[in-house]
Amino acid sequence: MLRMIGRRLAIATPGIIGVIVVTFLLNRALPGDPAAYFAGPAATRQAIEEIRVKLGLDRSLPEQFALFVRDLARGELGTSLTSGQPVLAELLARLPASLELTLCALLFAVAVALPLGILAAARPGSWIDHLTRVIVTAGNSLPIFFTGLLLVYVFYYLLGLAPPPLGRLDPFASAPRTVTGAYLIDSLLMGDPALFWASARQMILPTLTLGVAVLAPIARMTRAAMLGVLSSDFMRTARASGLSPATLLYVYALRNALLPVLTSLGGVFSFLLGVNVVVEKIFAWPGIGSYALEAVLASDYAPVQGYVLMMASLYVLLNLLIDVLYGVIDPRIRIET
Amino acid sequence: MRQLLRHGRYVLTENRLTLGAFALLLVFVGLALVGPWIAPYDPLATAAAHKLEPPSRAHWFGTDHVGRDILSRVIVATRLDLAIALSAVALSFVLGSVAGACAGFFGGWTERVVSRLVDTIMAFPLFVLAMGIIAAVGTSVVNIIYATAIINFPFYARLARAEVNVRREAGFVEAARLSGNSSARILAAHLFPNCLPPMTVQASLNMGWAILNSAGLSFIGLGVRPPTPEWGIMVADGSAFMVSGEWWIAFFPGLALMLAVFCFNLLGDAVRDLIDPRRRT
Amino acid sequence: MSETAPLLTVEDLSVEFRTRDGIVRAVDRVSFDVRWGETVGVVGESGSGKSVTALAIMGLLHPAGRVTDGRVIFRGVDLLAGGEGQRRRYRGRELSMIFQSPRTALNPIRPVGKQIEDVVRRHADLAGTRARDRALGLLAEVQIPDPGRSYQAYPFELSGGVCQRVMIAMAVACVPALLIADEPATGLDVTTQAAILDLLKQFAQERRMATLLISHDLAVIGERSDRIVVMHAGHVVEMARTAELFRAPRHPYTARLIASTPRPGATLGDLKPIPGGVPDLRGNLPPCRYRARCDRAIPACDEPPLPRVELTPGHTVACRVPL
Repeated sequence: MLRMIGRRLAIATPGIIGVIVVTFLLNRALPGDPAAYFAGPAATRQAIEEIRVKLGLDRSLPEQFALFVRDLARGELGTSLTSGQPVLAELLARLPASLELTLCALLFAVAVALPLGILAAARPGSWIDHLTRVIVTAGNSLPIFFTGLLLVYVFYYLLGLAPPPLGRLDPFASAPRTVTGAYLIDSLLMGDPALFWASARQMILPTLTLGVAVLAPIARMTRAAMLGVLSSDFMRTARASGLSPATLLYVYALRNALLPVLTSLGGVFSFLLGVNVVVEKIFAWPGIGSYALEAVLASDYAPVQGYVLMMASLYVLLNLLIDVLYGVIDPRIRIET
Repeated sequence: MRQLLRHGRYVLTENRLTLGAFALLLVFVGLALVGPWIAPYDPLATAAAHKLEPPSRAHWFGTDHVGRDILSRVIVATRLDLAIALSAVALSFVLGSVAGACAGFFGGWTERVVSRLVDTIMAFPLFVLAMGIIAAVGTSVVNIIYATAIINFPFYARLARAEVNVRREAGFVEAARLSGNSSARILAAHLFPNCLPPMTVQASLNMGWAILNSAGLSFIGLGVRPPTPEWGIMVADGSAFMVSGEWWIAFFPGLALMLAVFCFNLLGDAVRDLIDPRRRT
Repeated sequence: MSETAPLLTVEDLSVEFRTRDGIVRAVDRVSFDVRWGETVGVVGESGSGKSVTALAIMGLLHPAGRVTDGRVIFRGVDLLAGGEGQRRRYRGRELSMIFQSPRTALNPIRPVGKQIEDVVRRHADLAGTRARDRALGLLAEVQIPDPGRSYQAYPFELSGGVCQRVMIAMAVACVPALLIADEPATGLDVTTQAAILDLLKQFAQERRMATLLISHDLAVIGERSDRIVVMHAGHVVEMARTAELFRAPRHPYTARLIASTPRPGATLGDLKPIPGGVPDLRGNLPPCRYRARCDRAIPACDEPPLPRVELTPGHTVACRVPL
């Protein structure tokens, strides 16, 4: 198993190097003179030159790249112009909010999409199959910002069931003591059910918005994979052995069907990490997406670069996790490597 | 060709939904072509006296916070939204197919360079990469097109590479080589046309996604600048009013966007069924 | 002939498949029976409907297929009349089936021992280590070396022959009264083929297990069956005791089939291919589906119905001009 993880890491390495190079190049592609920009509008020519030297911008591109990699290795992602704080610390402080939301959405999507896909494949042509098809087709066409706003309108404005879309807690509640950074977990660790409920209420609409968006691809993949497995030779053998319907469906069919579903989760993650920005904007969610967005709009490049790097690293890690899970389920991968 | 037409008619009539999507496409294309002339109001004209009016006979889709007619803005925006998506898809189609075909045909360092590039792009969550690109090069319509094209590039490059690769050693290629054709000619005249059907399927399935993607960028403020009418930015304009009940500002551009994406997705499926029935799911 | 009722009686079984290009009548009024402990061979070209017949008996037809007519009476119960629940109770316990291409017919991501154990747990009311022990015992019974290690193995780690042994172990786990073996040895190398077929025969004899042995290869069937059912294009064209069938085939197709099968002492020149192919089973079919390939046909052959003549006791033929 360890050897397999090592091999996957080796495969991921060129991608990681590419990510670093691209991030570096994007940084250099900033329009205008970065030194003049960093120095601010009131700076003298001499001050600009000093900053140029300080930032290493007077050196050759390879030298600059070496410096960039050295800083990365030390965990230095630069300083935010607007707040004056180190980017890494700010990103890490905001990461739990984004992760909590993303994972809840994924959990919700999987919890709904898997049964839908399984039932649709088990009973082709039934109402649940048609429902799944409608959801899959519609889900692929829904602009996520549109669904989010509609949910806000219906559940907050019309029905008054949801709290206003203003972040992780309403302004009068105080955040739980930070342990994991995920309010749902931290409030439980504090033994404060009221706080748990307050943060859960804030989570519902953003989770739904994100979850509904990724429901469709998961349900479609589950349905297709289950259909493929159910008509396979080994399922015929299992049926010929008179195994119970539950064993057939869950032990034999589902475990095999999970393999392609797991592979497709890579794409789902890519999507989730990206659209986080949109959802965080709608719900004023203080995660890294909204942080990066503010930075982009303020032309503060260091946080954006840190954000892109962090997202890409997260994505690489998640893909690694998917590969490992794949190996756990599929002995052909586990044993042959 | 005639067979393809007949089959096309079959696909359209067999599935009512596809027919509906086709009709919808014609509507969108029509709006994109003549939108500015049929819009009832000037999409940029503000009217403080008529701001935030709900849908009425005078303003079917209502007015926004500065009194602009939303129907007119939705209609006029069609051209820009479709043009951005179409340009992005066309750009990634051309770049991706050329790079992929060369990689598949020549192998060696060409292939290594292209696949490194593809792997690198795919190592990012794609929307995040698009954000990063736009943050670096600045927000403008052309830059959204570039960003969307770049994050789409890997899909076309991979497809073209695989399609060329499987046919590189085929008999008809060998025959063309023996009859004295140059590599470039073999690639352009014999191999490339064979990639076109699956690439077309990919492109048509891609259109809806490209629309969503560019509108998403505009929505978060990284694309088209206000006051230009564009669906994504219009939804963003209306988002603040959702909590106070003025739903129409965001709703109608959002609906137009959704219908356009839905229409392209359905047609993409239809094109796939038409050209490559085996990939049906 | 026999005083006791047969174990399995198939009566006028008809199966249709809906396809894009129309309805395929894959099996048409097929009738035969299998007595307790007997091995009946079913032979025919691919597309003759032998596998479809077997799957219809098991109730495992592809969803596009439908039994349109007939009865399948197993131990006095009509399997087609009962529901899926009833069939599920028979399957694996009293009525088992093994398939061609054993490597894909086993669950690729479950250890083979576990797959045997699943059957044991389901039908033999064994649990825990006793189920495991029984699975290990079965692995030994089908002569797989080192059962303890094989128990943990996945199908991709085992050869086709060993996988087929595993499938046999699953099938015989609960000592079924009837085993249907659909091309059990096809695709395996020659020595493995013989070993697998011998293993099946040994189980059949030791446990008085009736076997329905399906193959396209008349030589395989001839060596190991008590009686033979010859199928062509969804029809049973001839049925007889094995020795009698080889000695005096009465249907022209059977005669051709025997002539095209290698025998000891025969040379390549002695083998005669059968002209034509299995007819298209869509649309309107003549009563005798062998008509177009037959050199003995007379005008009466075009008139329905297809006759079913019992020439001598136990030897029936579906032909107006039998040999």
